[in-house]
Amino acid sequence: MPDEFALACPLPIANRKTIVLGHGSGGRLTAQLLHDLFLPAFDNQFLRKLDDQAVLSVGGARIAFTTDSFVVTPLFFPGGDIGKLAIHGTVNDLAMSGARPLYLSAAFIMEEGLPLDELSRIAASMSEAAKAAGVAVVTGDTKVVNKGSADKLFITTTGIGLVPDGVEISASYAKAGDRVILSGTIGDHGMAVFSRRENLEFEAAIESDTAPLHRLVETILAAGEIHALRDPTRGGLATTLCEIAGSARVGVQVRADRIPVRAEVKAACEILGMDPLFVANEGKLVAFVAPASADAILAAMRRMPEGRDAVIIGEAVEAHPGVVLLKTEIGGSRVLDLPFSEQLPRIC
Amino acid sequence: MKYLDEYRDQRLAAALVDEIRRTVTRPWTLMEVCGGQTHSIVKYGLDELLPAAVELVHGPGCPVCVTPLEMIDRAHAIARRPGVMFCSFGDMLRVPGSNGDLFQIKAEGGDVRIVYSPLDSLKLARAHPDKQVVFFGIGFETTAPANAMSVWQARAQGLANFSLLVSHVLVPPAMTAILDSPSNRVRGFLGPGHVCAVMGWSEYEPLAADHRVPIVITGFEPIDLLEGILMTVRQLEQGRATVENQYVRAVTRDGNLEARKMIGRVFEVCDRAWRGIGVIPQSGYRLRDEFRAYDAERVFDVAGVQSQEPAICISGQILQGHKKPHDCPAFGAQCTPLTPLGATMVSAEGACAAYYNYRGAGLLAH
Repeated sequence: MPDEFALACPLPIANRKTIVLGHGSGGRLTAQLLHDLFLPAFDNQFLRKLDDQAVLSVGGARIAFTTDSFVVTPLFFPGGDIGKLAIHGTVNDLAMSGARPLYLSAAFIMEEGLPLDELSRIAASMSEAAKAAGVAVVTGDTKVVNKGSADKLFITTTGIGLVPDGVEISASYAKAGDRVILSGTIGDHGMAVFSRRENLEFEAAIESDTAPLHRLVETILAAGEIHALRDPTRGGLATTLCEIAGSARVGVQVRADRIPVRAEVKAACEILGMDPLFVANEGKLVAFVAPASADAILAAMRRMPEGRDAVIIGEAVEAHPGVVLLKTEIGGSRVLDLPFSEQLPRIC
Repeated sequence: MKYLDEYRDQRLAAALVDEIRRTVTRPWTLMEVCGGQTHSIVKYGLDELLPAAVELVHGPGCPVCVTPLEMIDRAHAIARRPGVMFCSFGDMLRVPGSNGDLFQIKAEGGDVRIVYSPLDSLKLARAHPDKQVVFFGIGFETTAPANAMSVWQARAQGLANFSLLVSHVLVPPAMTAILDSPSNRVRGFLGPGHVCAVMGWSEYEPLAADHRVPIVITGFEPIDLLEGILMTVRQLEQGRATVENQYVRAVTRDGNLEARKMIGRVFEVCDRAWRGIGVIPQSGYRLRDEFRAYDAERVFDVAGVQSQEPAICISGQILQGHKKPHDCPAFGAQCTPLTPLGATMVSAEGACAAYYNYRGAGLLAH
């Protein structure tokens, strides 16, 4: 046995010279990219808020404006497809400012060899999703690239909506004392796509929760005082809570035993060593609301199908600004921090 | 959920914590051997609930952390070769070598795949006969049976384009090295539940007897860990030093005989280097000579890749339980999961990463 241990360490990767997948994860690498590269390049008062949309005054109207690109593999997954996602994602980013979504654009980057019947099914699904959400796709673009230059199909949607008078919602408006309401179960979308992509066969199929949320938002706006709204997409609930805590400089405390996770999602996460708190959702929202309004807003949410599993999961506090604390199932506590990059399945 | 929720029950946890409090009369330092146990302890905030007299230190059982830099550099050298499809468990992808990580190699055009079992890479080898498929076979006794099976199957199926890069390590020699270290302060062990599910616990009996140290084979859920701590503290308070099994739902005295047989057919014990600790004699596995055609180190002739590890962090002392992450001046400052200085910050199971992710840098540091 060695009596003297040779302590040893690798040199760090201090700064990446190229884009790696983690830059698209929504975690720390993404934040680094925004702060170090894009914010300095485009700096202005709207962008600086780092909300999922900008709210602009145009000709006396308040317009919400947003854009989002969709690169999901596989194109079709249980509960949805890339087209439906492209409509819901942009509708939801508009809705999180309190806006009523109106018009969308859609741009398609297609890889040589993409079967037309797949594209046609996706267009039909988009059309159906747009109709159901009450928005119209009014302009668009198509490009084709060489085989190998894209993964089948990328879609970018851009949207505008009208923000009603008196509605002022931003992650930065969350206040100490606010109650934190989650509209339903977490992790469904991410695990549905993941298990289909990796061909993991679980006994119960996990379905994506992709859904438009603007009607839910409209309902709760009428029910009470809402300060911040966000849909916990990539990076999951934990990332969204971290972003709001950071943006509003409040502490956030949530309880693990209040956060609903479907049994099959929990099981898939357990098997893979992943944490549902960091898994993407496409049909859920988190609301920071005035304490006096919390019960009324919760009741209003639960009356809607997209909010029937809504729960109050915690509150914003003055202590530890910018930091999210989770009370664990057994009564301990831990910090929820921005993830480094994508969650990686663990070894054992 | 059945088999999970009952092991995360708050009332049961509180009762066990009370019982530990009643049992303990003086300070004891215990080591949980496995990275998975460390992960659970910090994830659930378990150590906050324990009386101050019970100190948990984190052991060497994180496969990602102890894989030597040299082996990672060899893996990267292979993954960079044209015509190679390099397969690995997910969390090895961002372990830095001397020159980048597997994510970087992937971004530069290398064919790097995450798989969930070494047998998945056999499927890839069958589907891509024009490629050389390599699986990075790291880990403890837990991952050894499936890795052994992949080579066994490759030979049975006559696959000529599959090989295994082996960096297997064994728990008992590492525990012996820790106990033999002059600065050791560990008085009891929470033994490695999943390693023992494969190997059984009989090989820990001489260790417990020779070093007069209680070893309680322990599971990974909060209730398992609290019960394991209670059983260890009881032995210490009563002056006993035996092997006990808390993880009865998974572990037997002799382990999984079929799995052990497969390990023995394919692997033989050899000296291994541990990252941050050094070479420990007879502490790992390598492929038996009859399987040399499946040994990626030989197939790709990378044994000449030598690496120097500048000693700039304390991960070695952390892996042996001498220090805790917040004892390191770099923790949370120069050293974060984004810029890891040491192996213990790289893996989700590494003690430093667990502290950083679940405690925040310094916020809840004790």
